[in-house]
Amino acid sequence: MEGKEKKPEQSVKNKSQISRRSLFGTTAAVAGAGVLASNLTDPIVRSAYAAGSDAPIRIGFQVHRTGIGATYGKWYERTTNAAAKYINEHGGMGGRPVEIVPEDDGTDPKRGADVVEKFATQHKVDFVYGTLFSHVVMGSSPRAGELKIPYFVVSEGYHVASGALNRYVFQPCITDVRSQISAMSGWIFNNLGKKMTLIYPDYAFGYNHRDYASAAAEKHGAKISAKLAIPPTASSFTRYFAKIPKDTEVIYHVMVGPGVLTFVREMGEHFGSNRPEIFGFIDSLEGVALDSPGLDFLNGTYFWEAMPRYADGYPTHGEKVYRNAVGVDANGASKSDSKDVSTYSHMFGCWETLFAIKEAVEQSGYRDKRDYANLIETFEGFQGFNEGIAHPQGSKMFSGKSHQCYGQQFISKVENSKFDVVHRTSIEDGYYEPETDYTKLPL
Amino acid sequence: MNRRSPKKTAVLMAGVLLLLFVLQFILPAYHHSTFSKIMVLASYAMGFNILLGYTGLMSLGHAMFFSTGMYATGISVYHFGYTGIPALGIGVLCTVLVSMLLGLVALRTSGVSFLIVTLMFGQAVFLSILYFDQFTLGQDGFTLTKELEPLVLGNASYSYTDPTFKYNAAWFLFALSLVITNILIISPIGRVLIAIRENEERTQMLGYNTYLYKLFAMTLSGALSGLAGSVHALLFSYVGATFAEIHHSIAPLLWTLLGGVGTTLGPLLGTGIMHYLIDFTSGWTSAYLLIVGAILVLLVIGAPQGLMGLVRQKRLPWLP
Repeated sequence: MEGKEKKPEQSVKNKSQISRRSLFGTTAAVAGAGVLASNLTDPIVRSAYAAGSDAPIRIGFQVHRTGIGATYGKWYERTTNAAAKYINEHGGMGGRPVEIVPEDDGTDPKRGADVVEKFATQHKVDFVYGTLFSHVVMGSSPRAGELKIPYFVVSEGYHVASGALNRYVFQPCITDVRSQISAMSGWIFNNLGKKMTLIYPDYAFGYNHRDYASAAAEKHGAKISAKLAIPPTASSFTRYFAKIPKDTEVIYHVMVGPGVLTFVREMGEHFGSNRPEIFGFIDSLEGVALDSPGLDFLNGTYFWEAMPRYADGYPTHGEKVYRNAVGVDANGASKSDSKDVSTYSHMFGCWETLFAIKEAVEQSGYRDKRDYANLIETFEGFQGFNEGIAHPQGSKMFSGKSHQCYGQQFISKVENSKFDVVHRTSIEDGYYEPETDYTKLPL
Repeated sequence: MNRRSPKKTAVLMAGVLLLLFVLQFILPAYHHSTFSKIMVLASYAMGFNILLGYTGLMSLGHAMFFSTGMYATGISVYHFGYTGIPALGIGVLCTVLVSMLLGLVALRTSGVSFLIVTLMFGQAVFLSILYFDQFTLGQDGFTLTKELEPLVLGNASYSYTDPTFKYNAAWFLFALSLVITNILIISPIGRVLIAIRENEERTQMLGYNTYLYKLFAMTLSGALSGLAGSVHALLFSYVGATFAEIHHSIAPLLWTLLGGVGTTLGPLLGTGIMHYLIDFTSGWTSAYLLIVGAILVLLVIGAPQGLMGLVRQKRLPWLP
């Protein structure tokens, strides 16, 4: 960008610096080497900001402290505070300190919109950030667009990339469900079986899995033997297991919520040792210790992880710095309480998103709200983020059109009540053509 | 029986409406927007209050009316490209239909059975929203930001998201609900409803068909709640299943209990206090619902008739 601060090292990739092909190529090359370079291009190179410099950049953190997302919210908050501390210790954003302004949204879309309003008009923050649950994102986004305040979500939903939202909403550092399924389906069908039964919650999150897994099966010449939707009110699951066809080679489950442990226990009771292969999404077990009673049945099954919970799963320098800064031990639990298990496959998105905001602030020369247009156009010019301390989960490709990133995924096997990473996808595995173009919307 | 004073009542209502109208020029941006929302939600609570406060029927499924209005309006805009006013009409029409049909079934029960039947129908509507996700987009819902055309009146065009328009539309809705409620309670129909609340058997003995009166109350209550849902969809651009959940049925009950059951201004007071109570306390602690709950318990013990009910009992016996 012309007239912007020039930096010797950047974590971000602009249009002039990288092409999609080169990103895929690079990723594939290092992936082949086994371990991605983790600290080659780190943005933390500045000295501390000068005393008496500008006022802090205030970031409104829409946090799920209460409600159904409270487990995630607790770790999102810890990660956010750790990232802000790290950024402030290393020069802040554009030389200005970062100040996090948290507000609990109760994991409720109704309250979410109020919180966005409060951030913009009462706290007068520069940006709003950090929302996880997709219905809260949907409920909050219209108000962010009306107030014309940049809103960075860490949600995993397909809502941003689908074009349903507006130009002020970005999801730069966590991949969406569609991309995740696309990335992993090839491995699942080739290694676990081509006759799949889907078990998913009977609402939007589950439907995303149903639809994209079905599309992936068609693409890979596999077959969906049955699609079992479980009502959100279900508390017993045995009758659903009875509907699983006998020719099923692999079960794909994405159950979430308080019934998960019962679901797993009853699945174990139903199948015993004579079970098909089983593949699940880590969402079921975020914040849950694998050695919890009733989870023995999961040994030998497979899970998607966005970022390996156990330290030996992806031991890069950036990952170590990140894990240490947030206060997570080698088993994915809090250093101060080994029973307090983290939501490791999601919370990295908070850390990375703050660094992405930092890049946008610095590259656009953002000073205050009058620079929103410039900041958004700068962000839309990003093509990806390099792996390192700022992006410990791995490199990202970013689409300015859809405001959504693409990244690598991990498949882990449960062995001795512990996750062992058995496969890592490339960014290209999860890539799909953007289906919307937010840059055409007015600012 | 309270001593009615139509003149004092009219002055009070006009004063409240004038105050709410003038506040838009004084309030800071955040509270300006918050008051818009409070007025819409208070209209919902006023619809609820017609059933609980004036007819003596406690519903635990009122979110179904609010969400029926919201979804009928939202889907008309989102899927069928209707503009705001026709979509609003569709929303109200659908709610009238749903509340009347529900009334035909649920009013054959009373007391706790009525509570349970409305709760079950409310849950059925909520689960239907999840089930027909191709139209409703499931739990996530949908936004109307891109689909909703501005309101055109003559040569003027108004965006539904404009803060001034939003405030005045919410004020108009509230004023309409307030006028309807006040007319109802001084009308012969309203008198019969209050008689049903006090003693249904005696009202029947006087020759009134209480079933029909209750059906009317149910339909009007549902229509006002649905209207509030429709307006909410248009002004706040979001339609989601959260508005059909059980919590959203309990909310107007709490607002009305807090403000004063069977008072016309109680729902506004209760909605406003509850909203700000949550807003302030959530900034101090994540256990804010504990504080809110404790305050509600104390209130129920100290003033079971609600705040406006207390005012009526102690100071203004003519308060409607």
